[in-house]
Amino acid sequence: MTTTERVRKILIDKLDISEEQVVPNATITGDLKADSLDKMDIMMGLQEEFDINIPDNDVDQINTVQQIVDYIDTRLNA
Amino acid sequence: MPERREPFQPRRVVITGIGAVTSMGANVEAIWKGCLSGCSGISPITSFDTSGYPTRIAAEIKEWDPTPYFESRKDSKRVDKFVQFAVAAARMALQDAGLTITEENRDRVGVFVGSGIGGLATIEEYHKVLLDSGPGRISPFLIPAILCNMGAGMVSIVTGARGPNSCTSTACTTGINNIGDAVEVIRSGRADVMIAGGSEACITPLGIAGFCAAKAMTTKNDDIERASRPFDLNRDGFVMGEGAGIVTLETLEAAQTRGANIYAEVTGYGMSGDAYHITSPPADGNGAIRSMKAAIEDAGIPPEQVDYINAHGTSTQVNDRAETAAIKSVFGDHAYHLAVSSTKSMTAHLLGASGALETIFCALALRDGIIPPTINYETPDPNCDLDYVPNCSRRADVQTVMTNSFGFGGHNGTLIFSKVY
Repeated sequence: MTTTERVRKILIDKLDISEEQVVPNATITGDLKADSLDKMDIMMGLQEEFDINIPDNDVDQINTVQQIVDYIDTRLNA
Repeated sequence: MPERREPFQPRRVVITGIGAVTSMGANVEAIWKGCLSGCSGISPITSFDTSGYPTRIAAEIKEWDPTPYFESRKDSKRVDKFVQFAVAAARMALQDAGLTITEENRDRVGVFVGSGIGGLATIEEYHKVLLDSGPGRISPFLIPAILCNMGAGMVSIVTGARGPNSCTSTACTTGINNIGDAVEVIRSGRADVMIAGGSEACITPLGIAGFCAAKAMTTKNDDIERASRPFDLNRDGFVMGEGAGIVTLETLEAAQTRGANIYAEVTGYGMSGDAYHITSPPADGNGAIRSMKAAIEDAGIPPEQVDYINAHGTSTQVNDRAETAAIKSVFGDHAYHLAVSSTKSMTAHLLGASGALETIFCALALRDGIIPPTINYETPDPNCDLDYVPNCSRRADVQTVMTNSFGFGGHNGTLIFSKVY
């Protein structure tokens, strides 16, 4: 699975949303209606899935689907 | 001179809606039908491997789907099962009452829904995560999921009720205390409608192992449906159940004005503490005596008016003996003329939900003129010599009924209900 597919899967599962909603420009806390706890839960899911640590400062910087995918790819290739 | 006030006349409070989730059925009517037929809701525990546990049976809800009671699957997933049960039972009770929470009335509708234990399954799940993977893997939903008060919190969130919102956690007396306290809130005028009751879901490895260690539970694993046998000589402990019971309470006047179906008036509420021991009641049941007397005094009735007691009747040696002694002390000769039964013989013991579920049974006994039985009553115990309505339900013109709950810590609670004409 690509990073995008893995990220999409986590978002769909955590937020109970449909695949169509997870477009690249969708914002997590706006378009996808995640509250602050949901966002933390998603970050935890990402940390577990990709075996990385996402510092709080970085969490504030990523809020669209594409930003998450780019962030993960950068971290994995670092 | 201070202004002279009129004597305070508390408002009369009635039950207009009931909702329950138990292993006995998917709704109150199914549960009640099962009770009147003497069915048992107890079965082998399947939610975890019980090998090595002294007790391997419970009144477990096998196929539970919370999604119909929540707006999204996400909302149901982030709460513990005891909260899911509370939300489901609250929705059933509101629907039964025909009550709609609107922008106009929502600040006068309150919620008192408690749990004796809280989110034990979630605690166990995340403790394992903590040990296996470290603190960074703990969910942000852990703390809101385990809090005892989250039944009350989530019921208000999903229904929009914004009046007094709280919960009492008094072990097995939780259900009675939340309903009794909610009655007081309406009596004193701080709310017009209360959604009240209890919820519990601790058929988990720690829950079962803990109560086993306290020697409080039966070990009759091979005689499943006969394991819960309150007041029978050969009782050897309680069987754990899970679920929720919730009622809607409102003033008699408001219920009559809107033409609501009224199950019963809550006429008396009594409480006491044992000041004795963390798990055992005093042998003479003096805490229970003072609780029942306080409720009778609150109701302002002669004790002889009580027709039926839905007993705490856990099926432990000490409870059933002490409760019987207490009933005899409170009622004297009338103890032998009133009916006493323990529906825990069928539903098992729902801990913090039990008093609320048994409140519902009292309401239904008044509605239908029928007393549910104590099943598995086979061998009389010389220390328990009252009329326990053995094995078969009984038609009776009940007008005033009582229910008791007694909790670890020495919390005693009693409610009295009367028919409304």
